[in-house]
Parts: sequence; C-alpha cells; structure tokens
Amino acid sequence: MTKGDLPALSIAELADLLRRREFSPTEALGALEDRINAVDGKIGAYLAHDLAAATAEAEKADVSLPLGGIPIAIKDLINVEGQQCTCASKILRGYRAPYSATVIKKLRAHGAIPFGRMNMDEFAMGSSTENSSAQITRNPWDLSRVPGGSSGGSAAAVAADIAFGAVGTDTGGSIRQPAALSGIVGFKPSYGRVSRFGLVAFASSLDQIGPLTKTVHDSALLMNAIAGHDSHDSTSLNAPVPDYTKNLGRDLKGIRIGLAKEYMIEGIEPAVKSAVMTAVKQLGSLGAEIVEVSLPHTDYAISVYYVLATAEASANLARFDGVRYGHRAEKVSSLFEHYARSRAEGFGAEVKRRIILGTYVLSSGYYDAYYLRAQKVRELIRQDFVRAFEKVEALVSPTSPSTAFKLGEKTTDPLQMYLADIFTNAANLAGICGISLPCGFAQSESGKKLPIGLQLLGKTLDEARIFQIAHAYEQGTDWHKTRPALEPMAA
Amino acid sequence: MAGELDVAYVAQLARLHLTADETQLFEKQLSEVLQYATKLREVSVEGVEAAAHAVPIFNVFREDKACDWFTAAEALSNAPRKANNLFIVTKVVE
Repeated sequence: MTKGDLPALSIAELADLLRRREFSPTEALGALEDRINAVDGKIGAYLAHDLAAATAEAEKADVSLPLGGIPIAIKDLINVEGQQCTCASKILRGYRAPYSATVIKKLRAHGAIPFGRMNMDEFAMGSSTENSSAQITRNPWDLSRVPGGSSGGSAAAVAADIAFGAVGTDTGGSIRQPAALSGIVGFKPSYGRVSRFGLVAFASSLDQIGPLTKTVHDSALLMNAIAGHDSHDSTSLNAPVPDYTKNLGRDLKGIRIGLAKEYMIEGIEPAVKSAVMTAVKQLGSLGAEIVEVSLPHTDYAISVYYVLATAEASANLARFDGVRYGHRAEKVSSLFEHYARSRAEGFGAEVKRRIILGTYVLSSGYYDAYYLRAQKVRELIRQDFVRAFEKVEALVSPTSPSTAFKLGEKTTDPLQMYLADIFTNAANLAGICGISLPCGFAQSESGKKLPIGLQLLGKTLDEARIFQIAHAYEQGTDWHKTRPALEPMAA
Repeated sequence: MAGELDVAYVAQLARLHLTADETQLFEKQLSEVLQYATKLREVSVEGVEAAAHAVPIFNVFREDKACDWFTAAEALSNAPRKANNLFIVTKVVE
C-alpha cells in the first residue's frame, strides 16, 4: 500500500492503518488533498477546504480514538467555528461561523477532523444540487448527470474517493437520495437522535443530520460519534446511545421485512424495480421473512411534505433580514425595501419559490385548508408506519424511482423534481430512521454504470437493527466494491 | 383551493421583492404544485390530531442559569454594517 492508495479506503480501514501507525494522519490528509486536486475539478464537490487548519489538527490527532485523525467532509450548512457556512447561498457569502455545531464537537471528541465544505442545493432545497448558487456538482459515475441532492457534494465526494466520509442533512431524502444516485451508503437517523444545534434550519420538524459513507460499518461508526442527547436542542431525544456496530455480522434469522404494496407504483424505472426485487429475494435468502404490508396514506406524503417543509422554511428563512449577518442591499429608501431587496438579491429561484409557497399555505384564509390539514395527514402517515412496524422490523423499497438524471433535465419543472422524493419523504414526516445502500446498476444509453439504491426504513430509535440488516445485505453482495472509473485530470 | 394564489401579494407578506417575470413564472409553477396538493382534500381527517412534529417531546425546560456565550465582537463578526459595537439598521421612524 502506498500513500496514493489511501483515499480509496473506508473509514474503518484507514482508522486501522493509522492506529497501527503505518501512516500518519498528516500523510492521510495529504493523500486526500492530492486526490482532491487531481479529480475535484471534474466533480465540483468541494466549495472550500482549509488544508492548513486541518493539518494543524492532524498533527495533534489522537489515533487511539475511534475516528482518530480521519478527515470528515461537512455539508456547507453545519457550523464549524472559523470556517465558511454559506448553505451554497449568495445571501451567506463571506459568512464565517462564530461557533461549532454539536455534531462537530462530537466528531472532534471522537478524533475526527472536519475537512471541507461540501456543495449542496441552496439551503438544502432540491434533489440534484443544481440549486447551488456556487457551482454544479457532477455524478462521478457519469459526469453528464446529477449526483442527487441536496447533499450532492457530500455524496459525490465519497463516491469519487475524495472524502472518506461526510456528514450531511436529510429533510425529505437529502442524504438517502444522493447516496442512492452516487452509489454509496446514506443514513437518516430518527428525528431527535442527532442534535441539530449549529445546523442552519430548513424545516425544523423534519431536518436530521446523518452520515454519508462508503460502507454500512462506516455509517455505524459515524453514528457512534454524532448520536446523543444535547440540551441545546429541545427536540433532541434523551435516550441511551447503543454501540451501532454491535449487531454487525449478525444474520437475519427472525427478522421480518415489509414490502409495502403502495410502493409498487408505476413510474419506477425497470432496472431499479428489478434490482430492488432481486435484493428483496436476497434478504429472504439471508434468513429474513418477507411480509407484505400496507401504508395506505403513501400517496399523500409528497403533498404533505411540500406544504409543511415550505411553511417551516418560510418561517426559518425570515431570519435573513440583512441586519445581523448575510447580504444587505445598498441604497434602500425604506425598511420594507431593505428587507425585500436584501432577500431578493441573496436568495436563488428555488428558495424564493418555497418561501412564497410556504408563506401562502400559512396565510390567513389558507392555513386551515393547507397547513393544518397537512399536519393532520402527517399524523395519519405516522400511524401507518406505527402499524406496519407492529408486523415487521424494517420496510424495504427503492430509495429513488430513478437512477441519476441528466443535468438540467428537471430544473424547469419543480413538481417533477419534488416527485423524485416519493420514497424518502414519508420517513421524515414519521420521524423514523432509514438507510440507502447500493443494490445494483442500471446502464445509461452511453454504457455508463448508474448506481441503484435500496432503502431500508426502521422504527424510531431502531438504528442498530437497520444497520444489522443493511450490513448483512452489503456483505452478501459486491455492489459496494465497485467504484466509478475516474481518470485524474491532466496536470 | 388552487388557482387563488396571488404571488405578488404573498411576496409582500414574505418581504421578498420579485420581478414581473419571477411573479409570472412562480404563479404558473406553484399553481401546479398546489393543484397536485389538492389531493389532500380526499383524506378524511375528522378527529385526527395535527402533528407538529413526529416525536412526543413537549415542554422541555432547563435551569435559568447565566452562562458564557458570544461577546459583542463575536455577535457582530458577520454584520454587514456595524459601528460602536452595535448593528446599524435601516431607519425605521422618520
């Protein structure tokens, strides 16, 4: 093994090498930097990264800690003191975080080095990362396609071996969907399992921070670091944190996995459907019992999601007033103009669209018809899952109805973009946990491999069981071992 | 329900200046989204309690205890305009 081989390693593999002192954290960071310089010009995953600051941390790293000396990429909406935190928005250009999020403190307490600010859809609003005000990010498997979103920079970086792992956020699928489209593992913890303190809020009742990694084991390792109660987040769950690696390697005997008949919709790409059904058979052959279940309110999840998420976003984004931080318009003649122009100049089109929709559904005369009704249907969706989880330990589905789509394909049609979240939204509404992991490839018309994601959903706080099932499937297949063929750029 | 969306009025409520083109485009696009969302009317929600969020946590209290937080300089570190350790705001009263 040479230094140049290090970026391809998983977190667990690298931690092992560092602990045995075969390489130093500074060498690992240097190797990662070389690889970023060689290939990120093609991908566009990083908005910024501070090698000097990370090197200072690497030199002092304690490799006896679980993540000692491991660089972890951070989606550009989680505050790391002294670093930019722009949410890929013009309105926060130049912003420097004056404090660190709880997840960052926890990662550092486990020895990790936050390294890199990853591209995303502006304020996490989108499913393709094309809504970034800074740059587009390309899918490492096919550079003409999107990596998914909104954590697209994080997912593409892990897939392209320019990050060992990343921490992103999932409000309606923003970890799981880009993980699926980029061929990696993405985990959304139960609502309240990971502190949101220091995360720039999009939709507070739905947002959750979670890991994007090369393997299920790595995902569990990152969850061991970031999960837990935080008195700074009043929605944080005060429940013991298990060792998420404890069930890895256990078989699936006695595990019941539900297949929801409502998820067998038209509009799933044939290659996706066939890969997922093959995976379901494989879960059966690994010892799980496959049970048909019903989630009767599935068809309403996207409507509920886009009413509630935009309503919450319109309230959360009211803080961008051009006074305390963020862009401020010049030469205004009134306070109203100060607000209206500062915000117009700072926000991109999708953010504006969602502020308008969210303000509308909360406005007098429409509140009951949209917002209140959506909250009630949300409760019915939550109850669907409670009932399903009386019969099964996990639910299985595709993560996304399609593989990675072409850049520009859906940008003019917001509704089509919203429908890309059809299998992921409901988990956020119900507050349950879920994972996406690789389960096969489709082939593009130009012969490129396009990854397919398998989604497993589990009940609230049953993260360890979801990791067990996902790990058993992963270890029984080779999908996660296939990497995109990325030629380094000519120097 | 759909078809009643007056984007220019809502933009005023949201303190968001929109160009005429944006107003027209959003009216078309968001009317489609609202049209899609009319399916929520099909659901019987009688007697269903509205879920503000998905976990049963209510009234989280903490001790009312002073602790260190930002200094004025830190709080002002990202302010677009500041002077004398204060934020400069746009004139509110004439």
